[in-house]
This record gives sequence, C-alpha cells and structure tokens, in this order.
Amino acid sequence: MPAILKNSRLRNQFLQAAFVGGLVLLVLLMVLTARENLAAQGLTSGFGFLERTTGWRISFSLIDYSTSSTYARAIWIGLLNSLFLGALSLPIATMLGIAVGVMRTSGNGMAELLGTIYVEIFRNVPLILQLFFWYTILLTLPSPRNAEPLLGSIALTGRGIYILGLNVSGGSVLAAAVILLAAAAVSLWAGKMRWARADRAQIRREKTVLWAAAGALVLVALWLGRFPETPLLTLPEARGLNFDGGIRISPELMACIIAISIYGGAYIAEIIRSGFNAVPRGMYEAGHALGLSGFQIFSRIRLPLAIRIVMPTLINQYVWLFKATTIGIAISFADFFMVISTSINQSGQTLELIGILMGGFLVINYTLAWVLNRVNDAIALRGTQLRM
Amino acid sequence: MSIASPAEISRQPLPKVLKDRYFATRLDTVVTVTFGLVVLWLLWSFFEWAVLHAYFDPANRDACVQSEGACWAVVTARWRIVLFGLYPFEEQWRSALACVTIVITTILSCLPWFWSALRLALLWVAGFAVFYILMRGGMLGLAPVGERDWGGLALTLFIFAAVVLIGMPLSVIFALLRRSELPWISRTMGLVIDIVRSLPLLTIMFAFAVVLPFATPDWMNGQQLYRVIVGYAIFFACYQAEIIRGGIQSLPAGQEEAAKALGLGYWQRVGHIVLPQAFRNALPPTINQVVITFKETSLVTIIGFFDILASGRAASGTGEWSFATIEIYVFVALIFFVFVFSLSRYGAYLERRLRVGAR
Repeated sequence: MPAILKNSRLRNQFLQAAFVGGLVLLVLLMVLTARENLAAQGLTSGFGFLERTTGWRISFSLIDYSTSSTYARAIWIGLLNSLFLGALSLPIATMLGIAVGVMRTSGNGMAELLGTIYVEIFRNVPLILQLFFWYTILLTLPSPRNAEPLLGSIALTGRGIYILGLNVSGGSVLAAAVILLAAAAVSLWAGKMRWARADRAQIRREKTVLWAAAGALVLVALWLGRFPETPLLTLPEARGLNFDGGIRISPELMACIIAISIYGGAYIAEIIRSGFNAVPRGMYEAGHALGLSGFQIFSRIRLPLAIRIVMPTLINQYVWLFKATTIGIAISFADFFMVISTSINQSGQTLELIGILMGGFLVINYTLAWVLNRVNDAIALRGTQLRM
Repeated sequence: MSIASPAEISRQPLPKVLKDRYFATRLDTVVTVTFGLVVLWLLWSFFEWAVLHAYFDPANRDACVQSEGACWAVVTARWRIVLFGLYPFEEQWRSALACVTIVITTILSCLPWFWSALRLALLWVAGFAVFYILMRGGMLGLAPVGERDWGGLALTLFIFAAVVLIGMPLSVIFALLRRSELPWISRTMGLVIDIVRSLPLLTIMFAFAVVLPFATPDWMNGQQLYRVIVGYAIFFACYQAEIIRGGIQSLPAGQEEAAKALGLGYWQRVGHIVLPQAFRNALPPTINQVVITFKETSLVTIIGFFDILASGRAASGTGEWSFATIEIYVFVALIFFVFVFSLSRYGAYLERRLRVGAR
C-alpha cells in the first residue's frame, strides 16, 4: 500500500478534494459545452435578452402584459401566476384536509366512511390525471349563451366561471391582502406572548381592536382603489355570446385550483388524522372531566394540539404541493415553468433561463419553508404548556 | 362522540356497535343520516352513470353520444391503444407479458424471503432483463421493436422499474456520502440533495430531456427516454437518500460504536450493521416514496412520451370518440388505482407488522 493511503488525514483530504473538485469540474464542463454549443447557434450568452420584447401572448396574467412586453416582465408574470395559484389552492387544500381529517377521527362510522372514500380515491390517482379530468369536465359545461347565473352572481360556463367582483384596481386588492396578513402576523405574535401574561380579557380586547383597525384599513384601501364612475360591485351579465362584468376565472386556472386542492386535501387529511391520533387520550378525557362541551374539547384541545404536532410534516407537504403547481403546463396554464419553457423555445437562452427557473424555485421554496417554520416556532408549545 | 378505538368496538355485538359508532348522541344521529344520504347519493349516481345508462358495445357509438350514462364502448374499442400504445399489433402479447413480468417481480419482492440486498438485486435485474428482452426483441426469434414504439402501460412500468432500479443503489450512495464524516463531502452532498429536492420533478425531467443535450458531448446523450429516466432516478435517489438517512439516524449510536470497538472496517459496519437496520426502519416511508414515484411517472406525458395517460388521451383524441374522454380517464385512473392502492395497502400492512415486531 503506498504511504499516502496509510496516512488517514492526508487520504481524507485527498478524498474530499477529489469529490468536490470532480463535481465542480463536471458542472463547469457542462456549462462550457453548453456555451460552446449555443454560441455555435449564434446565441450570445448573458442576461441581455431579458430586456428584449417577447412577441408572444400569455393566456392569463395578473398585471398588464402585451406582446411588446419584455422577457423579464413575462417571467415575472409567470412567477406571480404560480404564487397566485399556490395562494389559492393551498388554503383550500388545508381546509378540505382539516375537515376530512376531523371526519376520519370523529368516531362516527358514516363520517369515517365518507372521509376514507375521498382520501383513497384522490390519493391513489396521479395528480396530472385528475387535472385532465377536471379540465375536461369544466370544458363540457354549457356555453355562456345557455348558462344561467346562479343567484345572479355565479355562472358556470365552458369558457370560464364568472363570479361577482369588486370594481377595484389590483394594487388595492394586494394592499388589502397585505394588511390582513400583517394583522394575522401581529395577532399570532401577540398570541406567542400570551402565556406570559395573565390578563386574557385585555388580550381579547386588544385583538378586537386590531382586527377592527385592519378591517377599516382594508375598506379604505379598496375604496381608494375603486375605478371611477363604476358601481363598486360588478355582476356577471349575459351579453350576446358571452358574459360581461364580474370576474372570469378561466377553465385552466379553475382546473388547476380544483385538482391541487382536492389532491392536496387528501394528503393533508391524512397528516391531520395522524395528528389527532397522536394527541394523548388523557388530554380530552381531562377536558371531559372539567365539564367542557364536545365542541370546546375539539376547538380548544384536540385541534390546537393536533396542528402543533403535525406542523413540521405539513410544512413539507406545502412545499411539495407548491412544486406540484408546475403541472399547470399540461393544460397550458401560464405558470412560472410554462413561461420559462416558452421563453427557452423562443429565445434559445437555455442556460440563463434554466438558472432563473432553479433560482426562482429555490427562493420560493426556502421562503415558504422559512415563513412556515417561523409560524411553527410562534405557535409551538413551550415551558409549562409542554406537559403532554 | 365516542372515544373507544375501532378495534375494541369490532369485538362487540352489532346493536352496540351501531349505537356507539353511528347513533351515540343526537349529533351523531344527524351526522350519520346526512353523510349516509350523501354516500348513498354518490354511489347511486355513480352506479346509474357507470352501469344503468352505460353502453359497452362499440356498435352503439351513436346511442352513446345521446346517452346520459358512461360510454364504456370507447374502452372496448380502444383498450389496446390505451394499454400498448403504438406497439405493433401482432406483437402486443409481448408487451402484455412484459407487464405481467414486472407485476410478478413486484409481488415477489414483497415476500420476506427476498428481503436481502443480494436476492432483491438478482430478482429485479432478472425481471427487468426479461421485460427488456420481451419488449425490445431482436433476439430469441422476436422481431425488434424500438423504444420509440413502446407505449401505454408497458412504458409506464418500464420507466417506473428503471427509475427504482437505478435510483435505489444511487440513494444508498447518496445517503452514505451525506452521512460521511468528512465535512466537505457531506456538505456538498447535502447541498446537491437540497437543490434537487427543492426543484419540481417536471423541471428536472424537462432539463434532462431538452436542455441536457446542449451541455453534454454528443456521445453521452443517448435516447431522450433514457435521459429522462436518469433524471428521474437522480430525483428519486435524492428523496430516498433522505429517507435512508432518517433510518440510519434513528439507530442508537451504540450500534456503530460497538461495531467499531469490535474492529470492523467501514464497509463491514455499513453493510452488516447500519444499512440492514436502517432499511428496516425506513421501510414504510420507502414504500410511500415508491408509490409516489409510480404515480408521478405519468408526468412524462408532458415531456411528450406515450405512457398510459398519453395513450389514453390519444385513444379518445380522435374525432370518433372525442366525446368519451371522461370514460377513458376513469379507465386509466382505475388502472393506476389498482397498482397504487395495493402497493400502499401493502405498505400499511408492513408498518403494522414492523410495529408489532418492535414491541
């Protein structure tokens, strides 16, 4: 055996250098080959193309876009669309999941049966198949001409779903959402402080004031952002071959929301169920002994404890579900991935765009995980609360 | 509401079960009746759609279009396309036999007798070789059929089996590198695993299918199908590596220390002490991961492969049957359901078995 292999410290350093060096070399070689290949096709590398106009359409966008917008703006729109889809589907999936999780641990045989049917069907069929399924169903809805709005405000048509909306600018809706989120964060933070303070009535008063203030601010934001000379509320009205007014949700977006919510809900239901099962039975027997009602035991003991137990698993699930939103491309919902892949097709700036794609997902996933972990820290039981 | 566990209840006489599980309180009665009606309504509408008003004979196509019920005629007429894709018609028995091979291999590997690294490896390599020879042909008097003509269920099973076969050993390597005592190796591997895990599978498939050929010399590129499989296998390995790492970390530190004290070398420790126990601990999440991997093979549809989902869409894509897309989706979903459901039931059974063993 050569001397260098006997010296374990030297050998270890050599191994590490070889491993890291080999990996770096591999990546470097691939990037260089790619640059060479792309240069042979007459493409200049660099991020200059982001300033060029795209010349293609995007089917759905939250902010202004035209074919003369830049690549940077198109990618930004894709990112916003992905976030929008996630922001709509993840909460719905959570609510569905909690409802079904409660059903499956309720002790009532019929509720458990219904919950089990739901979970087993939707968890055991691929998400993309479910997406195609819902999309097909949405497209077979009656044409706008034959659709009758329900209660005058919701119309289900094959060209989209029309709901009543507010005549306000997107910016003010965003502002309202930010205000509500901030209020929730402050309220959570106050809750974190709660166990140290004794005066619960005062805390409750403070929270009432907080939410009242937030509500007032939201109203002000919406009022300031309303479009002049239009009524505040807009209803879908049949006009000719289509509907006018209201907000149109395209079948693509709707199918994505339905598919991801239902699929995610089935997974979240299982997580919630395991959380309920992990709450020691003594906890709610104690609740019984104290004379709490069934609902009080549920809302004050079982649910809060179950949520805290499963929070780390839930966080992983959310990150995973968010990644699953990329399947929108299958029915051409213009999400982040779809915009990037169209850009690659059109501009040929493969390396840069793949870099943006990876960077975008890294940032989103880590931010999502970071925020949720902060929430987890904020609601975690500590000190004397931890006796389980 | 009652808080007795279902196992305790099942041993009690029926009237008591009914009372405890369905009519314990007034609220329970309301819930039971409401949900019971919902379940009945769901079952009835499905039965009505799928059986009562359904047509099964392709000759009834025109009646199908008018009917409220399901048009299973499309499945009767097109099931060969759904299951075998563009595989040559006369050779489709090979494709069917190949699918059966993979299913038998999967069932065999669920038997505890096969649970050693050597036996499992031999079984899967043999099963996979039989599958490949049957599908590819070109020897033993079978006409050659190129990978481009593979499709349907066989392609889905091929991608799945290949991904697990490549990914499993790779995941062990990744996990060991991640657990390495050398800081630079473990940190770099951790970084790679984290990056891959934070990317959606679809983007990785896309990168390997479309972008990779730019970045590698021509001799390395190979067929697009194999590039996608390698990409998927790496993705699988990164997830599986974390599962195995979890299994390793749940072992008492004394195990490895004792092995060290006995003078066992690294490979002896890993091969005889750490990995067998880690795999046992990690079995339930591993099966879960395999189940997810099977479901997500359907994403290759988006990259443009003719797997069972794509061939199903093609079967109803032509004008003649385009009204019956839903029926085809239900049929494909049923096939997936059978595979995924039985695998996950098996996983749940194993989990219970292991828990009993650990007690």
